[in-house]
Amino acid sequence: MIRLVDVWRSYSLGGQELHALAGVTEDVLDGEHVAVMGPSGSGKSTLLNVIGLLDRPTRGRYELDGREVSDLDDAELSRVRRDRVGHVFQAYHLVARLDAQRNVELPMLFAGVPRAERHERARAALAEVGLAKRSGHRPSELSGGERQRVAIARATVLRPTVILADEPTGNLDRAAGQQVLELLERLNHGGTTLMVVTHDLDVARRARRVLILEDGRVVNRLAGHELKSLAEALAAKRVEP
Amino acid sequence: MRASELVAFALTALREHKLRSVLSMLGIAIGVAAVVLLTSVGEGARGFVAAQFSQFGTNLMQVTPGRLETAGIPGMLGGSTRKLTFEDAEALRRVRGVRRVVPTIVGQGAVQAAGRSRDVYVLATTSEAPEAWRLSVRRGVFLAGSDPTRSGSGAVLGPKLARELFGDGDAYGAWVRIAGARLRVVGIMESKGEMLAFDLDDVAYVDLATGMRIFDTDELSEIDVEFDPGVGSEAVVAGVSRVLRERHGREDFTVTTQAAMLETFDAVLRAVTTGVAAIGGISLLVGAIGVLTILWIAVGERTHEIGLLRALGATRTTILWLFLAESAVLAGLGGAAGLALGYGAAGALQLAVPALPLQASPGFAAAGLAVSVLTGLVAGAAPARRAARLDPIEALRAE
Ligand SMILES: Nc1ncnc2c1ncn2[C@@H]1O[C@H](COP(=O)(O)OP(=O)(O)OP(=O)(O)O)[C@@H](O)[C@H]1O
Ligand SMILES: [Mg+2]
Repeated sequence: MIRLVDVWRSYSLGGQELHALAGVTEDVLDGEHVAVMGPSGSGKSTLLNVIGLLDRPTRGRYELDGREVSDLDDAELSRVRRDRVGHVFQAYHLVARLDAQRNVELPMLFAGVPRAERHERARAALAEVGLAKRSGHRPSELSGGERQRVAIARATVLRPTVILADEPTGNLDRAAGQQVLELLERLNHGGTTLMVVTHDLDVARRARRVLILEDGRVVNRLAGHELKSLAEALAAKRVEP
Repeated sequence: MRASELVAFALTALREHKLRSVLSMLGIAIGVAAVVLLTSVGEGARGFVAAQFSQFGTNLMQVTPGRLETAGIPGMLGGSTRKLTFEDAEALRRVRGVRRVVPTIVGQGAVQAAGRSRDVYVLATTSEAPEAWRLSVRRGVFLAGSDPTRSGSGAVLGPKLARELFGDGDAYGAWVRIAGARLRVVGIMESKGEMLAFDLDDVAYVDLATGMRIFDTDELSEIDVEFDPGVGSEAVVAGVSRVLRERHGREDFTVTTQAAMLETFDAVLRAVTTGVAAIGGISLLVGAIGVLTILWIAVGERTHEIGLLRALGATRTTILWLFLAESAVLAGLGGAAGLALGYGAAGALQLAVPALPLQASPGFAAAGLAVSVLTGLVAGAAPARRAARLDPIEALRAE
């Protein structure tokens, strides 16, 4: 489970304080599917980075699976990140010189998985995203949708408890985006927590829960099917429960 | 990550930029090749000198007249240097540990025979000389049974001298005239070669009394003392010095052991080798700077990748090692190429100039490789630290 208690992430720019996150308190249950929406600069990516242990809160508490992680050192943090979190990015972020297979193997390389097992599991993960035949191809030889599916295979190969996807369909056309979402949802049905940052209402509506962010704060929470438009969700701000 | 995985990962990165990888390897390769080549020349010279000395045996010491001060010229300072005489030499036989005493007068003179003449060194000595100097006689005897106080043992010729004078004809038993004295050739030496450019095959040997007569002197050029290595050279040097001091009333002579002489030469050549290797080392340093530069640039270019790897769970330490592995592989491969280049050049040089004493020991290859890898690690330290310190989010944002 993800538990954020009064989490702040502040930057000081030329003597002025800028709060990318300004007191977020939120629980995300195991196996939940949560979408995060909000205007540009509202702190969506920052929230995902904090949850994904790439960024540290300036203030507040963060518990992941019952463990306080705000003050872990770099090595421990890296280990938790590697084993529990799968990151999917808008721009895929594959290593261009490595083929699909080796990209998927990367997290296992850092986890010390033996070579043969690494091979086997990467192949299986690629098969799961329908790319069994493309394992030897480099990112430049794959379409955007295929690249994102490789990224998903890589994010899930170590069976993380949570997948964090920052606009995973942002660079894809509808069909490819649909395919990617289906993959992510299949993983979610398998029990993995899924958090998706998106600007796309259709993507957000598929989530069980939608968080609306504004100026670093969660200003509204609603069920996916309740979502009409971002403007409306913003207008109907609810006070913190 | 295991070392093999680090290396494999490093290779994927290095292969991406083949030309620049090869160029920075070349920097290391040239440095290592220079060190190998220059050191093998220096080591060769050392080995050559050591061999030159040891061909006369290592338990030999030399007594020469005059005191060799730090900057002194023997026999020219202090005025009243006394001669070394045959009696001095005989007295040294009393010293414990002394095995053989070889008094010698070194002179130059014309050796004439069969209508030909040749100016050579003439060594007037005793029958013990061959054993002490490790020379052997090819034919006849070496001034055998001679009484050093009386002449009449004939002459012994070096093989080259004999050939020059008699051609293919037989020198043995023939008469020669050495610095005016008519002597029968009683022995021909086995070839010994040169000793530091002094041709030992082109000399004539006569007995001490003859030498004194033809050179009109009773002063010895040197006394060589062969000692029992079991006794130890210091004790023998002390004994020899004491006896001569008693006889001369002062220390107006110099005792030099073969080992001391060898050590002096060796120290000089070692310094030269080190200096020359250091010059080669400078090109290695330049190579190292090349590796550092390339890696620094690579970290800049791959900032995004570093952020990604961190997001996938790589620790700072893993990132550090990824880049250290890259520089170590770069320098290691460069070093291997450099060793091949260095040994190849040494081999080619040896073929071109066979007389050149080159010594490229195989143990050197392992050391060369280790030094290259170490150089790589040192050169890679700064870029690798830079990579490890990158903030994952900022790195990910870089494009
Ligand atoms: N390194 C930084 N230094 C200063 N300000 C930052 C930094 N990173 C983010 N911010 C600021 O924090 C705020 C939130 O940024 P964030 O990237 O989380 O927004 P976002 O909701 O993901 O926006 P978008 O929809 O455009 O991706 C922004 O105002 C941004 O300018
Ligand atoms: Mg964002």
